[in-house]
Amino acid sequence: MHTLSVAELSKSLKNKEFSSVELTQHYLDRINRSDLNAFITVTDELALSQARAADAKLANGSGSVLTGIPFAHKDIFCTKGVKTSAGSKILDPFISPYDATLSHKLNIENMVMLGKTNMDEFAMGSSNENSFYGPVKNPWNKKMVPGGSSGGSAAAVAGRLSPFATGTDTGGSIRQPSSLCGITGIKPTYGRVSRYGMIAYASSLDQAGPMTQTAEDAALVLNAIAGFDEKDSTSALRDVPDYTKSLRDSIKGLKIGIPKEFFSDGLDSSVEKVITESMKEFEAMGAELQQISLPNSAYAIPTYYIIAPCECSSNLSRLDGVRYGYRCKDPKDLNDLYLRSRSEGFGDEVKRRIMIGTYALSAGYYDAYYLKAQKVRQLISEDFKKAFQNVDIIMGPVSPTTAFELGAIKDPVSMYLADIYTLSANLAGLPGMSIPAGFSNNLPVGLQMIGNYWSEEVLLNAAHQFQTQTDWHSVLPENI
Amino acid sequence: MAWETVIGLEIHSQLNTKSKIFSGASTEFGAEPNTQACAVDLGLPGVLPVLNKEVVNMALRFGLAVNAKINQHSIFARKNYFYPDLPKGYQISQFEIPIVGKGAIDISTEEGGVKMVGITRAHLEEDAGKSIHDLYEDHSAIDFNRAGTPLLEIVSEPDMRSAKEAVTYAKKIHALVQYIGICDGNMQEGSFRCDANVSIRKKGSKKLGTRAELKNINSFKFLEKAINIEIERQQDILEDGGEVVQETRLYDAVKNETRSMRTKEEANDYRYFPDPDLLPVDIEDEMLTEIKNSLPELPTEKKNRFISEIGLSDYDAENLTAQKSLADYYEAMLNDGAEAKLSANWVMGELSAALNKNQIDVQDSPISARELSELVKRISDDTISGKIAKDVFKAMWKGNGRVDDIIESQGLKQMTDVAAIEDIIDGIIANNIEQVEQFKAGNTKLLGYFVGQVMKATQGKANPKQVNKILNDKLS
Repeated sequence: MHTLSVAELSKSLKNKEFSSVELTQHYLDRINRSDLNAFITVTDELALSQARAADAKLANGSGSVLTGIPFAHKDIFCTKGVKTSAGSKILDPFISPYDATLSHKLNIENMVMLGKTNMDEFAMGSSNENSFYGPVKNPWNKKMVPGGSSGGSAAAVAGRLSPFATGTDTGGSIRQPSSLCGITGIKPTYGRVSRYGMIAYASSLDQAGPMTQTAEDAALVLNAIAGFDEKDSTSALRDVPDYTKSLRDSIKGLKIGIPKEFFSDGLDSSVEKVITESMKEFEAMGAELQQISLPNSAYAIPTYYIIAPCECSSNLSRLDGVRYGYRCKDPKDLNDLYLRSRSEGFGDEVKRRIMIGTYALSAGYYDAYYLKAQKVRQLISEDFKKAFQNVDIIMGPVSPTTAFELGAIKDPVSMYLADIYTLSANLAGLPGMSIPAGFSNNLPVGLQMIGNYWSEEVLLNAAHQFQTQTDWHSVLPENI
Repeated sequence: MAWETVIGLEIHSQLNTKSKIFSGASTEFGAEPNTQACAVDLGLPGVLPVLNKEVVNMALRFGLAVNAKINQHSIFARKNYFYPDLPKGYQISQFEIPIVGKGAIDISTEEGGVKMVGITRAHLEEDAGKSIHDLYEDHSAIDFNRAGTPLLEIVSEPDMRSAKEAVTYAKKIHALVQYIGICDGNMQEGSFRCDANVSIRKKGSKKLGTRAELKNINSFKFLEKAINIEIERQQDILEDGGEVVQETRLYDAVKNETRSMRTKEEANDYRYFPDPDLLPVDIEDEMLTEIKNSLPELPTEKKNRFISEIGLSDYDAENLTAQKSLADYYEAMLNDGAEAKLSANWVMGELSAALNKNQIDVQDSPISARELSELVKRISDDTISGKIAKDVFKAMWKGNGRVDDIIESQGLKQMTDVAAIEDIIDGIIANNIEQVEQFKAGNTKLLGYFVGQVMKATQGKANPKQVNKILNDKLS
């Protein structure tokens, strides 16, 4: 049953082919046998009790389409009574006393949380190697990284340890691991899903979304998690459509823009080949391709690596060893408490970004870095605005390469290049998606689709149509 | 050498909302430690601030009351620094664009004139928690109840030239925030706190001297003392050829001295930047008009009305309007029909003295405005004299009953029977032949002696006006 999609599982549960408890136990067994290190915490008991509650609902017919479906929750979402670590030593002792809005929304659907997935510490990374809990292995090749920061979620779905998983995307953290693990992932428009209870990395960029096997599943989950939240001032007071409704619409006449900047020198030629092939598929379905230009996207990396560190340097200040989380042993005085709790509690990449951000916000540097970056960010958004006057959707690669070997990239700046094509969507606040589009050397390649603001329906529709014509999304890694 | 003092004040006025500025937790003072701090106030991972709209309303009331420029698009910024009672490691405040821009307020000077003090800005921010260092021997404790309490920080221009002037300005702001109902003004509970920026310069110089910021001042009395002691300190330094260091100094009320807390070099770089968790505050024109129309009569307006309509002196009008509660009390008496000037004298005289002596706020006065107005009415209708009224007031203060009951039971009613007074006066004239002759010879000062005799004989109950008239008639 672990090869079934959420939509299929939903039907099976409704038809009593198996119970949620049986389904949950099946996944828990798979997780226990797995060596992917995809989970930080497995919540066996909680999952089974949630499954029993779901079965009761299903029995009396009051369940929703998602009732009883197990899922894996990125360990960045606060879950009441369950460890919420964000992949960091500094939050290793933290048991959240409250539920994130997104956690709550899945709870009220009577879904079943299997556990909390591994991730790059505080969502900072593109390989999942920055986790206090060790790296996650890519189910397609266990010598390879799964991508990051939602690497545990991507590996869990690709390895069929969970029907779907939640993720967050600040610079590509849903799309890049989805691409590297061959699953479907969508980062909605900034403000579409509440950020309340999602541990902040860079507040103006962070957005949560589903990581699934299919676009249809993504639509089902997005239906449940999208919407205004009075606890998040940046969430949009805007109606949520039924994302499953337009999935089956024809995409004949869909105008696809292909930015020439996304096919730069750094792009692996085998990846490029897969992307070009998938474009032809869209053309065959009646879509119209045209080349476009996003001239300022070249500045996405430096812009992102100013804004995100600035925000994170402030967001992570609350982790001071005073009220919760890790505290160093026998602090001599207050300064020592701060210094050692944070030095011992944070990993290298997190410290690097805190230092960059602290520096960039300092008196005398603020204008040159933060303000300048905000201006460039505006220009990047303007590029998209112009492009969307002529096209409905923008497509290109998610990442310049397929999954790389664990430990292969040591230089942080080289690692930053893994997100070169995904950062702009976050900077502009646009929805972005990754769907399986083919393989290169037996490793999956993802196609990126970027839509206009609030056009998740367009993305999901195009993705679903692609998935009706191709079966890249249903190819399984070996031994699954 | 002649020195000129330059003072600017930063006043933190706690806005009296029911819930905190960015969370739903209560702001009630005096609760058990850490019982009024929710996930947002504690800065737990993942929580987000949501602006309490009421604080915007209150800031606008203040801005409009001081005729300030209102920034209809203002933004919240993060002020980053580490301190254990600052849960998030940053304070949400306003930096580049505060909600209230430049304004001004008039204060009365010691010479009896009026002076305008500029208000640089007023911005919204959250309060921090409270560190408690004297509860445990080996460690400090933190109470986060105060964390997230809304504050309006009101920053003045360096327009004050003496400690007295600074106090007058602070009192004026103190009265104003209470008038417009945005702050309870309770200085003991820390609802109204003043920091003073003090510097001195050679008289005639245009350039500002190096300033010290004085903190930890929790009364107007200490504000004056702290500033004066700081002026002296700076003068001593400069006159000895030294240089004043820019620093923050803590006022110690017990020792009446200021102590260095941190110098400019040790000061934090707060790394302000716009808070990405909060939207800009945008204010529509209609909202401003609505708030403007809802503002009550302000102290200056009330003072001017007391002068022009009631005919009070500038001094009386100033005193009666300095405190909203006192003005409210006084106006309640007028509404009850008590005579205006006499009421003013009683409120500022006996009542204020008794309140001060017993350290009671006027709103907690054991004698209500209605009761005091009854007393004043009994003076006006000649039931009792002003002198007797003071005894009645004392009895009322002790809770011995209402005005008329006290007058009745203690037999204090004024003698107004002319014939009876004449009888007594005749007797006194007969017994004081010598004094009568002196009076008739031109020593008119002796009238007071005769009045005294009459009052003595009547236990003060004779109507002084009648006594004067009859004595004058009989002695001429």
